[in-house]
Amino acid sequence: MPLLDVKHLQTRFYTGEGVVHAVNDVSFHVNDQETVGIVGESGSGKSMTMLSVMRLIPQPPGKITQGEVMFEGQDLLQLSLPAIRRLRGNRISMIFQDPMTSLNPVLTVEKQLTESIRVHMKLDKVAARDRAIELLEHVGIPAARDRIRNYPHQFSGGMRQRVMIAMGLACDPKLLIADEPTTALDVTIQAQIVELVKRLKEELNMAVIWITHDLSLLASLADRILVMYAGQIVESAPLDQLYANPRHPYTLGLLQSIPRLDEAQKAELKPVDGMPPDLMDYPQGCPFAARCPYVIDRCHTEDPTLEPVSDRPNHAVACWVKPNGAAVLETARAIAH
Amino acid sequence: MTQPVATLSNTSIAAAKVKDFGQFLKRLLKSPSAKMGGSICLVLVVTAIFAPVIAPHDPTELGVGAALTPPNSEFWFGTDEFGRDLFSRMVYGSRLTLYVGLIAVGISMTVGVLTGLVAGYVGGWVETALMRAVDVLFSFTETLIALAAVAVLGPSLTNAMIAVGISSIPFYARITYGAVLVEKNKEYFKAAQAVGAQHVRLLFRHILPNILSPIIVVATVGVSVAVLSASALSFLGLGAQPPSPEWGAMLAAGRDYFKRAPWITTFPGLAIAITVLGFNLLGDALREALDPQQRT
Amino acid sequence: MTTTATTPQTQTLVRIEDLQVHFPVMQGLIFQRQVGSIKAVDGITFDVRQGETLGLVGESGCGKSTTGKAILQLERPTGGKVYFEETELTAAKGESLRQQRREMQMIFQDPYASLNPRMTVGSIVGEPLEVHGLATGKEKRDRVAELLHIVGLNPKFITRYPHEFSGGQRQRIVIARALAVNPKFIVADEPIAALDVSIQAQVVNLMQKLQDELGLTYLFIAHDLSVVRHISDRVAVMYLGKVVELADRVALYENPLHPYTQALLSAVPIPDPTIEAKRERIILEGDVPSPTNPPQGCRFHTRCPVAIEACRYAPEPEFKDAGDGHFVACHLVH
Repeated sequence: MPLLDVKHLQTRFYTGEGVVHAVNDVSFHVNDQETVGIVGESGSGKSMTMLSVMRLIPQPPGKITQGEVMFEGQDLLQLSLPAIRRLRGNRISMIFQDPMTSLNPVLTVEKQLTESIRVHMKLDKVAARDRAIELLEHVGIPAARDRIRNYPHQFSGGMRQRVMIAMGLACDPKLLIADEPTTALDVTIQAQIVELVKRLKEELNMAVIWITHDLSLLASLADRILVMYAGQIVESAPLDQLYANPRHPYTLGLLQSIPRLDEAQKAELKPVDGMPPDLMDYPQGCPFAARCPYVIDRCHTEDPTLEPVSDRPNHAVACWVKPNGAAVLETARAIAH
Repeated sequence: MTQPVATLSNTSIAAAKVKDFGQFLKRLLKSPSAKMGGSICLVLVVTAIFAPVIAPHDPTELGVGAALTPPNSEFWFGTDEFGRDLFSRMVYGSRLTLYVGLIAVGISMTVGVLTGLVAGYVGGWVETALMRAVDVLFSFTETLIALAAVAVLGPSLTNAMIAVGISSIPFYARITYGAVLVEKNKEYFKAAQAVGAQHVRLLFRHILPNILSPIIVVATVGVSVAVLSASALSFLGLGAQPPSPEWGAMLAAGRDYFKRAPWITTFPGLAIAITVLGFNLLGDALREALDPQQRT
Repeated sequence: MTTTATTPQTQTLVRIEDLQVHFPVMQGLIFQRQVGSIKAVDGITFDVRQGETLGLVGESGCGKSTTGKAILQLERPTGGKVYFEETELTAAKGESLRQQRREMQMIFQDPYASLNPRMTVGSIVGEPLEVHGLATGKEKRDRVAELLHIVGLNPKFITRYPHEFSGGQRQRIVIARALAVNPKFIVADEPIAALDVSIQAQVVNLMQKLQDELGLTYLFIAHDLSVVRHISDRVAVMYLGKVVELADRVALYENPLHPYTQALLSAVPIPDPTIEAKRERIILEGDVPSPTNPPQGCRFHTRCPVAIEACRYAPEPEFKDAGDGHFVACHLVH
C-alpha cells in the first residue's frame, strides 16, 4: 500500500471574476521512502495540489470539490480540523520557498522549534531544547547551541531554509513536502540544501515530495517525476524514462526549451510557443492543445486522461498522440552536432 | 507592417481611455458607500449651483416671516431670530461650504503635494529641510495652526479657508513624500531614467500619476475635514461673519435660542454632519476603486 | 593595470576600468554620519567588444546588477572609469549624458515593475522617441507599431496597459522600448529570471534574433549559468564585488580555472539523470561574506576548497591573463 494515495483530487477557487480550475482530477501516489518530484510552471497547480492534500487551501474562496487523499489508511479530506492539525508538522511536514515568511520574525528560533516539539512529542522544556539543538546540528547549522537563541533575520537565506527543514523534521515525519525550497537561493546554496535533504531522507527513512519549476534539479534528486500543466498531471514517469523518453509533448517541449550547462553548441532554443491557458476559462479538450506541435482534431474536443504507456507499466501520459520523445531528442541532438 | 497601423489614431487612444474611465466608474458604483457618498455630494453640488432657483427667499432678507417661526409648510426649516427663512439660508450656505472645502483643500493639496514631490525627488539637504519644516507644522494640532493663522490674518471666511488650508499641508506633504520614495525605487523609474527622460517628465509623467490615487482619497476626505474646521472657526466667530449664511456661523447664532427654537441649530448641524459623512464615504469608496490591483 | 581584456582584432565598445560602487552606510536620524560602506562593486576591469554578448554571472549580492547599472550611469560609480566608444561616461553629466543614453539601453529583470502601470504600451515604447525628439505624431505611432511588430507583439496592443499582459509579453514591451532609439549596447539585467521556463526560451531567442539583425552588443547579466553559456560569447564571473574569472565561453565552461567558477559550475544541475549520477559536486561551505567587510587576502578564501596559507595573508590576487585572453584572479593559477 502506498504511503500517500491521491485519487481524483479537484480544487476550485470561487472568485468574483469566475471559477479558477486550480486542480483538475489529479491522481498519484507516493511510496514509502520514495522521492517524487512534481514539476510545472507557475499556475500549473503543483503547489495547489499539495496544499489541497495538506488541507491548507484558504476556504473560501478555495474548495476541494472532489477526491480522496489516503495517508496511512485514512482519508485526509474526511478528517476533522483538529485531527488534520495533529497530522501536520508531525506525520507530514511541509517546507516552503520563502523561509523568511514562514518563520515568525519576532520569536527566536528556539521558541519556534521547541513549540512544535513540545506540542507533538510531549517533551518538557529542557528535553525539547536539547532535541532542538540536536536537530539544528543535524541540518548543518554551525554552533547550534548559540545560534538557537537568534531571530530568523539573523540567519542567511540558506541557513533559514535549514532551520525550516529542522522544524519540519522535528517529529520524524513519514512524508516531507518541499515546495520550491531552493528557488529563492543561489545555486551553490541550492546544492547544499539538495545534498542535505538527500542525506536526511536516507537517515530518517521518509518519503519526499519535491515541488519545483526546474526540471534539471530533479535529475539528481527524484525517483519518479510528475509533470503538471494547467492543473493536471500530464505525465508521470520514473526518473530515467522521463528524461530519456518523454511521451507528453509538453514534457518534450520543456526539455528542448531549456539550455543545458553541458551543451556546447550555441544553437537556437526551441521554445514552447504561446502561453498556458487561463484557468478561469478552462479550454475544452486537452489544455495543451493550443500550444502543441503534435495536435490532432481529437485533442480539441476530448481531454485525454492519464493512461499507462503500453510497454512501460510505470510510465503514464495524458495524451492522444504520445509522440516518441526518445526519437525526437535523438534527432535534435544529431542536428546540433 | 503599416496596414494595422493606419487604424491607430488619437481617437482610438482617447476611446481606450474613456473605456478605462467607464470601467473605473463601474467598479466605483459597485460599492454602496460610493452610491451614498456620491449622492450626498451630488445633492450638495446641485444645491449650490442652483441656489437662486431652489431658495424661495433672499437668504439675508430680514423679516420674511415672524421671528423664530417653527418649521411649517411655508418655511420648511422655520425662521431665525430675525425672521429670515432658514431653508433659503441653508441652501445658500451650501455654496459657502463647498467653496470653503474646495479652496482649503486646493491650498493644502497644491502646497503639500509640491513639497512632498520636491523633497522626495530631489533628496539630500532639500529633503531634510522641507520635511523637517513639515514635521514642525505636523507637531501642532490643526486647530491651533488655524487659530494662529486667523489671529494673524484677522477673522473672515477667506482667512479661515487659508488657515484651514495651511493647517493640513503636512498631511499631503507626508503622503506624497512617502509615495514618491516608494515609486522612485521601482524599476520603471530607473527604466525611464535609462531612456533619458528629463526631470519634469520623470516627476509629472511617471511619479505623479502613480501616486495620485492616495492623494485623491486624502483630498476627498480632506474636504470634509476642511468643512468641519471652517465651521468650527465660524462657530467661534473667527470665520464667516454675520449675516453670511455659513452653516457654522448659523449654528453659533442659534446657540442662544437652542431651547426655544432648536431648529435653528438642528438643521445646520445636520447639514454639516451629512456633508462630512458624504465626503468620507466617497473617499473610502475611491480608495478601493483606485487600487490598481483591482484593475482587470 | 595590465588587465584590459582585449584582443587587437576586435573593436572595443565599452571599456570598464577599475570600476567601484560603494554605498555609504549611514547612521543617525537628523545628523547622519557614515559608519561604513557596502562595497557592491570593488574595482573591476574588463571590455565589452563590439557585437558580442558578454555574460556576467554570479550569485545574489555579488554586484553584477550594480555593475550593469553603473556602466549605464544609472548608479553613479564612486571610482574608476567607464568609456563608451571614445566618450568617458563617468565624466559626462546632464545633457551630454542624456544624449549618450540613445546609444545604450537597459532591459530589466522584473517586467512587472519596469513598466509604468499608468502608461499605455504606446506611450511606454514611444517615450524614448519623444524624450530624444526623434519622432512625433503619426511618425511616432508608426515607429511604435513597427517596434511592437519586431518584438513579436500585435501592434493593436498600443492602447493597452501593462497589467493586461503576461510576463513574457511584458518583457517584449521592455525590449521594444529599449530598441526604440536604435541603441548599440544593451545591458540586460536578468531578463528572463522572472519568466516561466517555457517562456524563457522565447525571450532568449528573440534577443539573439535582434542581435543578429541589428548588430547589438549585449551585457547579459544572469545567475543561470546554463542560459549564459547558451547566449554568451565570453563570460565573466563575479564574486563579492570582483570579477574573478573572464574567458571565452568554451574555455570558461570546459576549463574553468578559478575554484569559485569550478564550484559554481558543478552546482548547476543538468537535466539528465545518467550524467547527474556520474557528476562530482563541489559543495561550497558556508555563505557569501558581507560586502561591507570583505575578507582580507583573497576574498574567496573563506569558502575556497583549495585555499592555501598565502590566500589568507597575501595581497589580493591580481586579475591577469593566464593565456589566450583567459583572465583569472587566483594565487594558485599561473
